[in-house]
Amino acid sequence: MKFIFDRNTWQEIFGSISKNKTRTIITIVGVLWGIFIYIALSGAAKGMDNGFEKVFESVSMNSMFVWGQSTSMPYEGFKTGRPMQLKLSDVTTLENRIPEIQNIAPRITLGNFGSDPVFTVRGQKSGSYPVNGDYPVYTRIATKKIFDGGRFINDEDIAQARKVCVIGERNLQELFEKDEDPIGQFIRIGDVYFQVVGVHKLSQGVSFDNDNAIFIPFTTFRKLYNTGENVDYFCIAAYDDVDVVQVEKDVKSLLRNIHRVNPEDERAFGSFNLGEMFTKVSGFAKGMTFLSLVVGIATILAGVIGIGNILLISVKERTKELGVRRALGATPKEVRSQIILESVFLTMIAGVMGIILGAGVLSIINSLTKDLDFPYTNPTVPIPYVLGALLIMVVLGTLIGLIPAQRAVSIKPIDALREE
Amino acid sequence: MIEIKNLHKSYQMGKNSLHVLKGINFSVEEGELVAIMGSSGSGKSTLLNILGMLDELDEGSYTLDGVPIKNLNETKAAQYRNKFLGFIFQSFNLINYKTAAENVALPLYYQRVGRKERQEKALKYLEQVGLKEWATHLPSELSGGQKQRVAIARAMAAEPKVLLADEPTGALDSKTSYEVMDLIQKINDEGNTILLVTHEEDIAHMCKRIVHLKDGVIVEDKKVDQVRAEQYV
Ligand SMILES: Nc1ncnc2c1ncn2[C@@H]1O[C@H](COP(=O)(O)OP(=O)(O)OP(=O)(O)O)[C@@H](O)[C@H]1O
Ligand SMILES: [Mg+2]
Repeated sequence: MKFIFDRNTWQEIFGSISKNKTRTIITIVGVLWGIFIYIALSGAAKGMDNGFEKVFESVSMNSMFVWGQSTSMPYEGFKTGRPMQLKLSDVTTLENRIPEIQNIAPRITLGNFGSDPVFTVRGQKSGSYPVNGDYPVYTRIATKKIFDGGRFINDEDIAQARKVCVIGERNLQELFEKDEDPIGQFIRIGDVYFQVVGVHKLSQGVSFDNDNAIFIPFTTFRKLYNTGENVDYFCIAAYDDVDVVQVEKDVKSLLRNIHRVNPEDERAFGSFNLGEMFTKVSGFAKGMTFLSLVVGIATILAGVIGIGNILLISVKERTKELGVRRALGATPKEVRSQIILESVFLTMIAGVMGIILGAGVLSIINSLTKDLDFPYTNPTVPIPYVLGALLIMVVLGTLIGLIPAQRAVSIKPIDALREE
Repeated sequence: MIEIKNLHKSYQMGKNSLHVLKGINFSVEEGELVAIMGSSGSGKSTLLNILGMLDELDEGSYTLDGVPIKNLNETKAAQYRNKFLGFIFQSFNLINYKTAAENVALPLYYQRVGRKERQEKALKYLEQVGLKEWATHLPSELSGGQKQRVAIARAMAAEPKVLLADEPTGALDSKTSYEVMDLIQKINDEGNTILLVTHEEDIAHMCKRIVHLKDGVIVEDKKVDQVRAEQYV
C-alpha cells in the first residue's frame, strides 16, 4: 500500500507512460470514448427526464378528470342511453367518501365538448372563446401563472357571483392594444360585461387549458346560463402517495352509485388519468436512463478491455525491459504493481478526459436545445454516476491490469533477458 | 567472495536433457578480475547467469559473500541481485525511453533511494565513465561504446559486491573495447570484484586470472600478468 503513495512509484509510472506516447494515446482513446458515451448518454437521458418533469410541472401529477356520458346498461327501471349529468352535490359526497382525494374542482364550460364558444367583444375587437366556470380550488390542481398585477378567481367572486374574468394571453393579444393594461377593463362575454382581473400565462408543457380560455366564477356562470347544480367535469387531485388509478375507479364506482347506474356500467362516466400518463412518460425517461447506463458501462468495459489488451501487447514488447528491471533488482511485486498502476493511471486519465469532454458536449446540447419546444432540460449527470463510473474504472483498470502484470512476472528474468 | 562447489546444470529440451555444466568447482576472492573463456556453447553464460541468480543451479552449492544462495524465491533473488550484483550485458540492455542518467539511477530506485540522491549518484557515476555531458541523452543518441559505458555506470551505481559482465566488448570494435576494458580495470583497481565472459584473448589478458571452460568443466584456471588497456586507448 505504501507503494501506491510513494512519489517515486508515480514518477516511474509517469515516465513509462509519457515516454511511450503512441501507446498511451491509443490506450486512452478507447476508454475516453467509453466514458464519453456514458456521460453523454446518461446526461441526455437525464435531460429528457428533467424535460418531462418540467412538462408536468404546472399540473398535479396525481390528478384525473371525470365527466358524465350516458348509460350503456339498463338499471332499476332506467333504460339504456340515459345521459349522465354531474352535480355540485357530488363534490361533497366524493370528498366525504373517498379520503384519498385532496382537491376537487368542479367546472362548467362553454366552447368545449362540442358546445359553441362564446362571442366576446371589446371595443372594435372581438373573438369567440371557450368560457369556463371555475372555483378557486382549481389552481391547486393546475397551477395558473397569472401575470403581475392580476389574480385568479377568489372566494369573494364566488360568494357574490361577481362579473369578473381571467383571460388568456391570446385573448389579451386579440382584444387589447399592444402595451395596454387589461386589468380593470371591461369586456363583453356573450351579452354581459365582465371586468378583467387577471391574465393567465400559458404554461409550458401539459396544460388543461388553451391560451384563449376565459375563466369566470362558477356561480356567475351558473346564474347567467341557468345551469343550476350542473357540472361538466371534475378535476380531482389525489394525495401524492396515493395510487390515482385506484382513486379513478373508486370515483366512478361512487358516481354510479349516486346516479343510480348499473355498477357494471363502465360507459356511464368517462375519465382520464394524468398519473397513469405521467408514469408512462417518466417510465420512458427512466428506461432511457437505464439503457444509457447499460450502453455506457458496456462501452467503458470495452474500453478497459482494450487497455488490458494493449497493455498485454506492450508487456510482450517490454519483456526485455522488464527482464532488465528484474536483473537490476525489481521484485515481481514491484513489476506487477507497476503494470497495474499504469493500467489504472491510464484508465483514470482517459476517464477524466472523457468526463470533461462529455460534460462539454452536454453543455453544448443544453445551449442548443434551450429555446426549442422540446422536453429537454438541464442535461446533467448526477455526481454519484460520475463517481460510480470512476470507481468502476479503477476497479476494472486494476482487474484488467492483473492479466498483463501476471504475464510480466510469469516469465523468468533470464528468459526475459534472452528475448530479442 | 564467491564459492562454488560441484555445480551442475542441465537444460531440459523436450525429452532430451542437455547437461551444460558438469561439476564446476571454483572460487573468487574479493578484488579479483576474472575472465571466463571457452568455445561457444561451453556454458560460460550459463555459469554467469547462475552466479547472477538469474538462473538456478541443479546441483552443488553457491555461496556469495558468506550467504548461501539456495532455494531463493523470485522476490528474494531480486533483492539479492539488487544488493550484491551489477550486470553488464553484451547488448547493453539500456531502457530505450530513459535518458542515460535515468538508466543509471534505475537500480537505485529499486533500492528505494530518494530521487535527489538518485540523480546525484547517477551523475557521479556517469562522470566516472566520462559521460556526464550525455546525461540527458537517450540511448539511441549514443554510440555502442558510450552505451556500454552507461551500462557500466548503471551496474556500478548500486555499489554491488560483484560485477558480472557477459561479453561486455562483444558488440564493440577493438578500440572501443579497450576503452571499456580500461574502465573495467580502473573499477577493479578500486577493489571491486569483477567476472567477465569473453571470446577474445587480448581482452582476457587484460584481466588478472583466466578460467577456461570446456564441455562443462573447468579445464584451465591460471593467474596472468595484467595487460593495461590504457596504453591502447
Ligand atoms: N534456456 C536454455 N534452454 C535450453 N538450452 C540452453 C538454454 N540456455 C543455454 N542452452 C544451451 O546450453 C549450452 C550453453 O549455453 P551458453 O549460453 O552457456 O553458452 P556460451 O558458452 O555462453 O556460448 P556463447 O559463447 O555462444 O555465448 C548451449 O548448448 C545452449 O544451447
Ligand atoms: Mg554466452
